[in-house]
Amino acid sequence: MAAVVPRRIYYRVYVALLGLALLTWGLSYVHLGDPLSAIVALTIAIGKALLVVLFFMHVRYSSWLTWVFVGAGIAWMGHLLILTMSDYLTRATVPGW
Amino acid sequence: MAEQRTALAHQFDDLAQQYEASNLGMWAFLLTEVMFFGGLFVSYTVYRTAYLAGFIAGSQHLNVLLGTLNTAVLLSSSLTMALAVHAAQEGHTRLLSRFLLLTMLLGLVFLGIKGYEYALEYHEGLVPALNFAYTGPHAPQVKLFMIFYFVMTSLHALHMLIGLSLLTVLVVLAWRGRFSAAYHTPVEVIGLYWHFVDIVWIFLYPLLYLVR
Repeated sequence: MAAVVPRRIYYRVYVALLGLALLTWGLSYVHLGDPLSAIVALTIAIGKALLVVLFFMHVRYSSWLTWVFVGAGIAWMGHLLILTMSDYLTRATVPGW
Repeated sequence: MAEQRTALAHQFDDLAQQYEASNLGMWAFLLTEVMFFGGLFVSYTVYRTAYLAGFIAGSQHLNVLLGTLNTAVLLSSSLTMALAVHAAQEGHTRLLSRFLLLTMLLGLVFLGIKGYEYALEYHEGLVPALNFAYTGPHAPQVKLFMIFYFVMTSLHALHMLIGLSLLTVLVVLAWRGRFSAAYHTPVEVIGLYWHFVDIVWIFLYPLLYLVR
């Protein structure tokens, strides 16, 4: 069965999540410029997602097979994004398009 | 352990094995959901790269305050869902029902705020096909951004509605005393789904509202 995680860990994760949400909201008014603002916002989003996956979804306390499943999801999402963008970002622009 | 015998399906050796199978089954489903939303996220990234100025102009028309408020509401609903699972693990069934109802309440608040946002956008003429009156710079690209916004947020809202239906079933089952410290796998598995929907929003929020 899933490990029973002490409630105080959930509260700490929740405070961290709210803190990161406020941080990313505040940083959006700084206007870091593109692509830095997107990189910062997405890094914070990945951090928040990891907190949810590891603690709220108990993956930190789960079997190795669960880790394999979660890792597969991240890996295939990475393939989709990286392979697609490696195409679009390296295309020559056609004049008039 | 009478309740353990009734909860265990005959193809499993024990409840731990049954739990592991259910848990992995939900994760396998969530991976298909990652690919489902992933396609949209990658298309969004491709078009944002191509039409950066238009997407930034579109993003500036969204209500950041309501988007941030909704982020906080949804993160809170994830906390109450985690606490519901915790209550189930400890066998506190009354507490479990309360946390499930609280999670549903927060989910409904999220959908209410989202609906209010949609209404605001309709009145501002930002809804493609229904009422699109934006004539500023990059109008076709802003329209494309708004199409992405409505498709992605409405699919997310649909997942919230499915989550709310599943939570309703859980509340009824909890009231009927079907969960105990020994058996509460449905609570954990639907909890995973609810947290996943939260994660989708964690990425939608910066991509749609903040990167401007």
